[in-house]
This record gives sequence, C-alpha cells and structure tokens, in this order.
Amino acid sequence: MGGGARVNRKPFGPAAGYMDTSVEHIREVVFDVLRASPNPPAELSDATSIVADLGLDSVAVMDFVMEIEDRLDITVPLDKIAEIETLGDLVSTLGGLKVSA
Amino acid sequence: MALFDKFAPLRAAYERHESAGDNPFSIVFDRVVSPTEALIGNREILLLGTNNYLGLTYDKAVVASAVEALQALGSGTTGSRIANGSYQGHRELERALADFYGRRHAMVFSTGYQANLGILSAIAGKHDHLLLDADCHASIYDGAKLGQAQVTRFRHNDPADLAARLRRLADTPGDKVIVVEGIYSMLGDTAPLAAFAAVKREFGAYLVVDEAHSLGVLGASGRGLAEVAGVEAECDFIVGTFSKSLGGVGGFCVGDMEGFDILRVVSRPYMFTASPPPSVIAATLEALRQLRARPALRQRLMENARQLYAGLADLGFTLGPEPNPVVSAIMPGPEIAFAFWSRLLAAGLYTNVSLPPATPRGLALLRSSVSAAHTPEQIDRALDMFAAVGRELGLIAPERARAAG
Ligand SMILES: Cc1ncc(COP(=O)(O)O)c(C=O)c1O
Repeated sequence: MGGGARVNRKPFGPAAGYMDTSVEHIREVVFDVLRASPNPPAELSDATSIVADLGLDSVAVMDFVMEIEDRLDITVPLDKIAEIETLGDLVSTLGGLKVSA
Repeated sequence: MALFDKFAPLRAAYERHESAGDNPFSIVFDRVVSPTEALIGNREILLLGTNNYLGLTYDKAVVASAVEALQALGSGTTGSRIANGSYQGHRELERALADFYGRRHAMVFSTGYQANLGILSAIAGKHDHLLLDADCHASIYDGAKLGQAQVTRFRHNDPADLAARLRRLADTPGDKVIVVEGIYSMLGDTAPLAAFAAVKREFGAYLVVDEAHSLGVLGASGRGLAEVAGVEAECDFIVGTFSKSLGGVGGFCVGDMEGFDILRVVSRPYMFTASPPPSVIAATLEALRQLRARPALRQRLMENARQLYAGLADLGFTLGPEPNPVVSAIMPGPEIAFAFWSRLLAAGLYTNVSLPPATPRGLALLRSSVSAAHTPEQIDRALDMFAAVGRELGLIAPERARAAG
C-alpha cells in the first residue's frame, strides 16, 4: 500500500489522531471497568501488573477482558489474553484488534 | 530463583491447610465400602461428593464383568488404541455407545479429560474457531489450548452473547465450533441447549456438547441434556466420561459425521496413550447396559437430588439455580468453605470444596453430588449435619429449621 503520494489518504493526519484518541478511549474503558469492580484498585497505570498488582487469577482475567470486549464490541482470542501481563499490554492488544476490526 | 518459587503463595496456603488437617485436596479414604460409605481410620463417612450418580460401582453384574475380563484378558493392554491396545471389547463398547446414542460413530478414550483434549484439538484446525462457554470444564479449555484454533470465550449460558461473538467472526474464514456442557459440574445448572442449537444453525457452526454430568442423569433414555432439549440432531459431537454415572474410567465421543474415523489417526490424546484395561471396558459395557435397562435408577437419583436441594434451600443456604444431582452451597469465601468442609467431615460427611479459578465468578463452593444409591434417610442425615455446621458457623439462622418451611 505504502505509496504515500495520494494526498487524500492522510496517513499521518486525522487518521493518526483518531488512533490516539482510540487508544486513550480504550485505556479509559479498561480503567473504568477496574474502578467499577467490587474491590477497585488504589492506583492504575500502564505498568500495573494484572496478576501481581490486581491479584486476578486466570479465570478472573478472562472475565475482566470479557467486560471490556462488550464495551468495545471486539473479541480477544484467548491466546492473546495469555500473553498480556500489564494493563499497558492489554491496551495495546485491544488497540491492535480495534484497528484491524 | 528456585524452580518452585513461583508456587510460594499457593504452597503457603496448601501447607497451612495440610497442618491444620483440613486439606480437602489431599484426603484419602482408607476403605470405600459402598457407593455411599467409606472409612477413614475406623470412622464411618457418608459420601456426598463422588459423582457416582447411578451408584453402579458395586453393582454385582458390573463387578462380575470386570472380574471375568480381568481373568481372561489380563490387567492391561500395554499399548495405544492405534497399536496393540484395541481389543474386541473396546470396539464392542464403541458400538454400544453408538447404538445408545443412535449415532453412526463412536470413539473410546482413556479418560473424559482426554476425550475433550482429543476431540477439540483435532476437529478445530489452525484457521478454525472454537467458541467455549465461560464455565466450561478445564479439560475443554486445555483441549482448546492443545489445538491450533483461535479460541473465543462467551458468557455462560448466554446464546445472545454467543451470537454476538459469531457475528464479529462472520467475515473471518474458518469453521466455527461451539462447545457447551449438559449439566455444569460446579453449580449443577444446565445449558439452554435449544437456543444454542438455533444460534448454531443461524451461523452454520458446529456444536459439541460435553454430557459428562448428564449422561445417565437427564433424558427419558438417559442420553443427557440433548435428549431433554430435543436437539440431538443438532449436536454434531457428544463427548462424555465413564467416570461418573458409569462408575468406571474412560471417555468417549459419538457423532454422525462422514469420515469420523479419521480422528483415530489425527487425535494425539487418542493415539499417544495406553487404552483402558479390558476389565474397565467390560465393567463400563455392563454399566451402560444397566443404565439403559434401569430407568428407575434415574428417577431415584432425581428424587434424591430434589430432596437435598429442597432441604438445603429450606435451611437457608444459597444454592445453584436448579435441582440437579450436583448441589452446591455458595460460601461467603474460601476460609468458610474449608471450615465447613472439615466440620462436616468431622461429623461424618464427605463433600467437595471447589474454589476459583475452577469455579465461576470467583465463588467458593461446598459442592455435593447425590447418587441413586443414597437412601432418603442418608440424605436426611446429611441435611442434619449441614444444619448443625451451618448454625455453628453462623451461615444460617437458627430459626430457619426445616419445620419452618
Ligand atoms: C464437564 C467435564 N468434562 C470432562 C471431565 C473429565 O472426566 P474424567 O474424569 O473422565 O477425566 C469432567 C470431570 O472431571 C467434567 O466435569
């Protein structure tokens, strides 16, 4: 694809801006879901470890991702969930899926 | 870093329960004497957590078949189904299962766990999709992991959620395979199978139903939830186990699909493990005959299930949604579940503790399963013990005795 000569494809213009807001939006959704959980964590950042900091077991992680899937109307395959360690990983995985969806 | 450091928190909990003598995961029965009774030391224990739904483990004909096969055919097959481990009995059992389900094909595996591993890893290939109910058993999730298909989890017993996920996958190439269970092992609830079958039809997907806890339990002929729901023709594969209602060990899959037998040479958990011993196969064949010939066992089982469920509900316990032979009381947390379990055992009653991640929604469960072999008196005794321990632990109000209900 990458010719870049066609002015109206706007590879770095509003499209890139859209992606940023999209990632911001995804991060907000992820943090929202966690804040709405029965034991909301005190602090959240991209570096938060899902297992070590949030104390979620394998099924709780899948339940948590399911909430986010519904909000964003996407599906995260289980092998992708298995690779995620931090909230930052999750946000970028979701971002990748949202863009390719 | 030592190899086992990663288990440190779990080990601490395990060892704490081990030294307190209340570790449900390491209990040993010194002698099991019937489908409903065992000895620990010289204490008599009433068994209420063995999945022995029809109580066939000590059935005279079942035991006699096993003894005869053991003497005639030896202790083990010492090989896989695709090498030296297929005997006439294995084929006979496959024919009997196919006949029971009215299907063209059947395959016998060494355990129910391996049946799920073997079927799910084989039927869904690299470019296919497996859609698993959120509450499916570990063997279903492990089978999905063993294969190469993309795996999606949908909300428990939610056909609309399944449909939404299939819709998202609509433009993705590859076959879609849905997996649900008959009776779910943790809370004893059943799948809305007719609705799932409708979704399957709408999206042109395939449907696998694991009837591990519903074979011999549900349906006029004991064929499980698919029979009750009237959607057997929509279930492309039925998977099940010999280790519960049939009182043995082993697993199976039945289906009608053209070319089914190719699974025998592509399913690794079928190919690379020894086949069940002839005695187990003979016992299972006889147990299947008993299951078919004695529908009264199923009625007895369901009466017992209703008695336990209604009794616990009257006492004020929070239970799963349906009265089935799996009856789980929802505990406020794991520590109370352990305490409840060990006090019941001290009083002479064996149940199961089920904890996350094996349970849905992080629930701590005190799980019971009833048998057709239980007498109504035994169930009453169990209820009395539940009442006493429930009051001791402040889980149920003293006023809410059964007389009040
Ligand atoms: C739903 C389900 N499938 C499969 C199995 C595995 O059966 P088995 O004990 O024969 O390996 C079980 C029970 O443990 C189960 O609950």
